[in-house]
Amino acid sequence: MVQYKEVAISEFFEKNSHLLGFDNPTKALLTVVKEAVDNSVDACEEANILPGIIVKIKSVKKDVFQVTVEDKGPGIEEKYVKKVFGKLLFGSKFKSLGEAGMQSRGQQGIGISASILYSQLTTGESALIESKVKNKMHYSCRLIIDTSKNIPIIEDEKKIESVKEQGTKITLKLKGVYRRVKGPEGFLKYVAIANPHAQITFFSPEGNKKVFKRVITKLPKKPKKVKPHPHGVELGTLIKMLARTKSRTLQAFLMNDFSKVGNTGAKEICDLVKLNLQTRPNAITREQISKLMDSMEQVKLQRPPTDCLSPIGEENIIKGLRKEYPADFVAACTRPVAVYRAIPFQIEVGLVYSKELPIDKQVNLVRFANKVPLFYQQSECGIYKAVVKTQWKRYGLQQPSGSLPIGPLVLAVHVASIWVPFISEGKQAIAPYPEIVKEIKLALSELGRKLQRYLSAEQRKYARERKRKLYERYAIEVATSLSNITGKNKDDIMGLLKKEIDKRGR
Amino acid sequence: MDKSTREEIGKEVIKRLKEKFGEALIANLKEEEALSLDIIVRAFSNIIFDEREQLIKLGSKTQSRAFFNVGQTRVFMQTLLVANACKSLIESGKTTSIRSLYYSTKHNIGNTKENTFEEQGESNPIIEDIEVNINALREELHLRANSKGAMVGNLTIIDSGDEIDLRKMGSGGWAVPSIVEPHTIQFKKCDAKFVLFIEKDTVWGRFNEDKFWKKHNCIIVHGGGQPPRGVRRVVKRMHEELKLPIYVLVDNDPWGFYIYSVVKQGSMKLAYESARMAVPDAKFIGLSSYDQEKYTLPDEVTIKLNDGDKKRIKELLNYKWFQKKEWRKELESMLKKGVKLELEALSSKNIAFITDTYLPEKIERKEWLS
Repeated sequence: MVQYKEVAISEFFEKNSHLLGFDNPTKALLTVVKEAVDNSVDACEEANILPGIIVKIKSVKKDVFQVTVEDKGPGIEEKYVKKVFGKLLFGSKFKSLGEAGMQSRGQQGIGISASILYSQLTTGESALIESKVKNKMHYSCRLIIDTSKNIPIIEDEKKIESVKEQGTKITLKLKGVYRRVKGPEGFLKYVAIANPHAQITFFSPEGNKKVFKRVITKLPKKPKKVKPHPHGVELGTLIKMLARTKSRTLQAFLMNDFSKVGNTGAKEICDLVKLNLQTRPNAITREQISKLMDSMEQVKLQRPPTDCLSPIGEENIIKGLRKEYPADFVAACTRPVAVYRAIPFQIEVGLVYSKELPIDKQVNLVRFANKVPLFYQQSECGIYKAVVKTQWKRYGLQQPSGSLPIGPLVLAVHVASIWVPFISEGKQAIAPYPEIVKEIKLALSELGRKLQRYLSAEQRKYARERKRKLYERYAIEVATSLSNITGKNKDDIMGLLKKEIDKRGR
Repeated sequence: MDKSTREEIGKEVIKRLKEKFGEALIANLKEEEALSLDIIVRAFSNIIFDEREQLIKLGSKTQSRAFFNVGQTRVFMQTLLVANACKSLIESGKTTSIRSLYYSTKHNIGNTKENTFEEQGESNPIIEDIEVNINALREELHLRANSKGAMVGNLTIIDSGDEIDLRKMGSGGWAVPSIVEPHTIQFKKCDAKFVLFIEKDTVWGRFNEDKFWKKHNCIIVHGGGQPPRGVRRVVKRMHEELKLPIYVLVDNDPWGFYIYSVVKQGSMKLAYESARMAVPDAKFIGLSSYDQEKYTLPDEVTIKLNDGDKKRIKELLNYKWFQKKEWRKELESMLKKGVKLELEALSSKNIAFITDTYLPEKIERKEWLS
């Protein structure tokens, strides 16, 4: 990717649209919605505003739709509009592995620009950007990208007074296919589950309005930027970091460019690799770098910092699932922060059991990466692999070998990380790193045990209920017979029987 | 016995029904005790053989039948339905068949599709439970079993007030009803010297046609295979009240021999009725396993024992009430020879051989088992 930066990135896009989620018209429509919504939610959270988002999809003509995404976020200053929307790879979120990072929805920062580009390529129309920053004029413009020079061109700028307080609105026209099932509405439902603090209103092309309600009014804790942790750092990354570092000594490099490395840690690493603390980072040979990596791995250090992550939280997952599904039983599990390749990550799993869901179908697996739903490439995803590898039969569910369990369940799995290892730029499947799969399996088995307890309690309840009904049914016959045999009042006998049945029903 | 005695018995039975299947249960309920009946077990495990009386009897094992037990609740409910039906039946003064009792207790439960009884097989054993547990006769519950069997001979009886001369019953004979208690059937004039119990109606037909009973001054009766209650009871009454010896004539196979045992010692199914049904003095007159040689019957009239026959013989040999030496010899010889012999086989001599020669000789020479 990086080498394309200087040449026309938009040419790269045209050749590689599949990597960015625009490989077919159905997916393209979904990707546009997803990128715009991701941006809105992130912008609101950064400005400490509870996200309120309106998504509108209008049918323009056959296979052409107009998508409008509007938020009540902080708005974008006029001078940044060009940069935010126009230049591929500019976005504030772009960073490469090894730099200080934090958990955010987008990762490469090309999403919204790619959407604008796709819109432009398929309909020839520019994007309409509207922005209102607090106490400023309402700004609007049309934006088009010069694909050979990779620069945005702004047209039709307008500034007007507006009563609207603040917010951003983007309107795009694009070629796409709208699907009711597993389309934008389903996507927004999943967004609502992972973001119960957001209120999302959706207008479908058929003119239906659907509101995904906000159920919590507290913003999630903001993730912090963190430096990489020495454990599990990859050779390529380390080489890159050594080449780029501003530190002048190895000691300073270790202490400044990594987290959780102090004087002692740095000394221990250097001793192990037999390098002087004062060695200049750019003077270290390839061979030494490889040894350095080994010793960084061996030295005992504190775990990576965990405050860089912003999990949804067990309580919120339960609330999010409950509001979107009819539920008889809901449980959630947030695992402690773990590390893969020196990158902190955290697994969260939610589970819904509902008698209203089909009992003979595979469970509905909903995958999230940094609170963003993943829609495609399910079977290639580490989350899917972890669910399949879990022994669901132990927890009272059927599971054909090598596939998802069967039952009236929704399983939501969230991977939060400062760097989610997607298997491709389409960002639809998470690489099955053993550490990640293991953590997911641990969380799943915890919920599995809870589910099993619930199911056996349900079974007992059901058995009790059946027993009670059986006794009640026969009690009428017994009371009639007893009354005829003894000449005593039938209702009195029935009353005595009822009392006994109640006593046993408890 | 007259009508008032019958009413008397009815009142007594109702009293017992009311106590066991009514008052005791309501008391259970009021004292918040388990709603449960103690039912005497009628299974093989509770069958005993009384060596002194030479009778099959029911032991004292009981089993609880509780309403608040998922496995027992249905049969508990059914027991009360049958008990109630019996009470109503006695009160009405009518008698009915066990099949119509089944229909009278069968109905939907509440507004479900479930029936109180799905088949007569559910209701029949409950009737027997009730008989055993309130120590009442089936007849006293005003219930009739299917009747089969016929009787002719030198005897005049009164059946429900009608005088019947059993010497003038033509070829079919008097059909023995299922209720033959003294209040319904009385013996009037008896000239007979013994009773011949015959297993099969076809053979009985031969004896009747030949007027065997006239020549030998006796009564002949058959039970159409395994004899029903009525036949067994009337045989028992003739033995006790008319002091007539009972001779049993059956096929030479385990099934025939078992019929002899039932007449003599009682059956497992009606173990609780043995004292009223069985005639311990009954004599086994034939066919014996040794009759083929004795009467030089040709080999072709014998039939090979099948697996079921062999299995049954071994089963009988294991019963406590089949341990008499002569009995065992009969059965073991049957097993050794591997053949059985039907009563009709005697016709190979000549058609009247059985009535003119075989039986008179056997009785004359007292060739029987007892």
